[in-house]
Amino acid sequence: MSSLIKEREHQVFTKGRDDYKISAEKVSAAGSVSQRACVFCGSRVVLYPIADALHLVHGPIGCAAYTWDIRGALSSGPELHRKSFSTDLREEDVIFGGEKKLYRSLKRLIPKYNPNAVFVYSTCIVGIIGDDVEAVCSKVAAEEGISVIPVHSEGFKGTKKDGYRAACKALMRLIKTGSTIPRNKGSKPVINILGEFNLAGESWIIKKYYKKMGIEVGAILTGDGRVEQIRQAANAELNIVQCSGSLKYLAKDMKEEWGIPFKQVSFFGIEDTASALYTVAESFPDNPEIMEKTKSLVQSELSKAYPILENYRKDLTGKKAAVYVGGAFKAFSMLRSLKFLGVSVVLMGSQTGSAEEYEEMKEMADPGTVIVDDSNPSELSAFIQQLGVDLFVGGVKERPMAFKLGIAFCDHNHERKIALAGFEGMLNFAKEIHNSLTSRVWQTIDEARESDPWKI
Amino acid sequence: MLLRHTPAEVAERKALTINPAKTCQPIGAMYASFGIHGCLPHSHGSQGCCAYHRSTLTRHYKEPVMASTSSFTEGASVFGGQSNLIAALNTIFTVYNPDVVAVHTTCLSETIGDDVTQIKKKAFDDGKIPEGKRIVNVSTPSYVGSHVTGFAGMCAAIAKEFCVPTEEKTDQINLIPGWVEPADMRELKRLMKEMNVPMVMYPDTSGVLDTPMTGEHDMFPKGGTTIEQLETTGSSFHTFALGKFGSEDAAREIQRIAKTPFDVMDLPIGIRATDRFLMKVSEITGMPVPDSITDERGRAVDLIADMQQYFSGKKVALFGDPDQLFALTEFLLDIDMKPVHIVSGTPGKYFSQKMSEIIDDEVPTANYRNGSRADTFLLHQWIKNEPVDLLIGNSYGKYIARDEDIPFVRMGFPIVDRIGHQYFPTVGYSGAIRIAENILNALMDRQDRDAPEERFELVM
Ligand code: SF4
Ligand code: SF4
Repeated sequence: MSSLIKEREHQVFTKGRDDYKISAEKVSAAGSVSQRACVFCGSRVVLYPIADALHLVHGPIGCAAYTWDIRGALSSGPELHRKSFSTDLREEDVIFGGEKKLYRSLKRLIPKYNPNAVFVYSTCIVGIIGDDVEAVCSKVAAEEGISVIPVHSEGFKGTKKDGYRAACKALMRLIKTGSTIPRNKGSKPVINILGEFNLAGESWIIKKYYKKMGIEVGAILTGDGRVEQIRQAANAELNIVQCSGSLKYLAKDMKEEWGIPFKQVSFFGIEDTASALYTVAESFPDNPEIMEKTKSLVQSELSKAYPILENYRKDLTGKKAAVYVGGAFKAFSMLRSLKFLGVSVVLMGSQTGSAEEYEEMKEMADPGTVIVDDSNPSELSAFIQQLGVDLFVGGVKERPMAFKLGIAFCDHNHERKIALAGFEGMLNFAKEIHNSLTSRVWQTIDEARESDPWKI
Repeated sequence: MLLRHTPAEVAERKALTINPAKTCQPIGAMYASFGIHGCLPHSHGSQGCCAYHRSTLTRHYKEPVMASTSSFTEGASVFGGQSNLIAALNTIFTVYNPDVVAVHTTCLSETIGDDVTQIKKKAFDDGKIPEGKRIVNVSTPSYVGSHVTGFAGMCAAIAKEFCVPTEEKTDQINLIPGWVEPADMRELKRLMKEMNVPMVMYPDTSGVLDTPMTGEHDMFPKGGTTIEQLETTGSSFHTFALGKFGSEDAAREIQRIAKTPFDVMDLPIGIRATDRFLMKVSEITGMPVPDSITDERGRAVDLIADMQQYFSGKKVALFGDPDQLFALTEFLLDIDMKPVHIVSGTPGKYFSQKMSEIIDDEVPTANYRNGSRADTFLLHQWIKNEPVDLLIGNSYGKYIARDEDIPFVRMGFPIVDRIGHQYFPTVGYSGAIRIAENILNALMDRQDRDAPEERFELVM
């Protein structure tokens, strides 16, 4: 079996051997077992954590059924987001259009659940049958007096990234329904955190840090999100954007509209977390106290974390890892964290990285590292074996594959149950990969491989 | 209280499904495809559906789930997906090289009106398909039916593609197991072997979605019904289809092609359904039920006798797929329990007709409903009106179980919060033992948890 698809020649790159620009953001070759999802999936991922909004999937049942509460985006209050609402389009709707059904659904749901806003997601066939979702939404919005925001997330109209973009547009619409409040002099600086989804409670960890620094977090988009907070997002002085792929569009739009500057950061790993905090402190030079507090916070966290990480490093040094994640930006943080723990990354890639991001990845990678864009299981497993990978960092579809190959795994995707952000997150990460790498089960497999126990 | 919004009063809903008790057709078609050896399921549509189906199957089976997609873009949705499918087949055969590609459609390719049979013919005519390779295709728009419909459709499509009619029939039977777990398929094979009945069973996902750990990742694992085996279905003298919803279409298709008579049986879940199945097989094949199986039955019944005092009169709510629900409801009645609420998202008039035969006399007040407004939201409302002692269903039942504080036994698809379910059969007598054990454990764990100190006893 030739594991490389011909069209993918320039989506696979070996540092030190190849010399071309990695082509990115290409449509997957038809017929490949791509690990990618659709536009709708991208939008749903971004907006889903808004806990007091009602999320109605306009389409056939499957699209809603598969996204019913599959992500650990935690809420400290309402949990309406975890319910699955679908217009469950049937054959007659496909023929006669689904607008009436959408209207009726909204009219029924809104009084019953009293949401603070509604998001209506268009799926593929809505794009084909041509429902005027926009019109239905504004009609219901007028009648019910709440924001009913259409999300143009027809699955086939691009990749998951376009779904992020559609979600950002929807968020922008929501923010514009808010009001700008004049700020009092001397009050605490306010920032928004974009692209943070509170998986396993990560938003809470991050928020705690900023609080200690004397910074107020206005809105988190969208982790543990609330409609009202998002509406006030235009009142912040700075946006920090994590996970480059998803909410950068919104940050750009907010900059254009209200002049709010943004900084790109990551909360994965010791170094990245520290620099995320310093970046914000530096943005408020008139307030030197913030920098003071940040320094002492980072120092105290580091002095707690270092000795523990040192211990893990002893067992982990020399291991080889593969990192395959959704967005490329996250892969950078992973690379730094793994290096910190003595693990070298020999294979890395993402589903939706951009060409520039891959250039950066090339820079960071060690010679011999293979870089892949929009990969598939047979390609990944071939490289894993060829490169002698011990640990795979990826998502739900990759886990069983890694295990079948007899290597360790760490879930660094939307379904993770262990907080990996911040200093605490780094400790969890180290612990998780340590546990997985040192599990006895891999030895058992190796033994079976070396000597067939039934053959005497 | 995740479901605190669920009101007790049940109002008719016209336009809305809340917390569905079903999913869409393609995932069923995909699951059935894995029951063919060397088969790559292919989703003709845009990428998302395929990714979702794979993720859901992966979460349920904890196994690598390989499937390809036509990766529709805006162009395809305007001009049709023919060129995507042909390009896809080309990629599939050069890169993955399966023996069979099983193509199912999605809502998108159906709505734009792609004719996969036509496209497939063109691909063959143009010499795009390598010698000896086979393509099965089925139409699976999700706005009709449910995941069960998709499964049934793919099973019928497999018959259509592979069944070769012969005049002379052999002494072999065809067994269509319905949508059951790999362990169930393994168990059915074992039972037939025990009875010395020659048979071909398809689909057979054992050895595909429960592969042993070898340190290698095989794109096409050892299991699955082979093409050669499938081709003999037309020379078998009889077909047994287990589960009307999941398997009847395939049996009819085989009959149409090869004039093979068939019997549609209930899924052999529980004692009586297993009895009926084995006795029918025995009657048709002339092979007696061996003592070893009679002993298995005896052990199952013995166990139930020991447990019966704890089951008696306990009310149960259950949801899932029709074929499972029929057999399970009957079994629950047989172990003295009282099924009071039954919900299936899969549409079909036959459901209430059959359910009424099973339950109306026994529990005249029982609620049952299927189809598009029959979701777990409705089930929850019914439970609020008439509380139950036990809930049985897939993982999505856990919300209700927690909210209402009811013991919960996981059965059905998908189970995404526990590991190992696919290793234990629920069919046959051994399956009955397992179900009974799970139910009793759930009830007794609850009793222990709730018991006041003076009632917390060692012997129960
Ligand atoms: S579009 Fe249809 S096939 Fe695809 S996930 Fe939605 S319901 Fe299923
Ligand atoms: S139908 Fe479209 S929107 Fe729904 S899952 Fe499939 S690709 Fe995504």
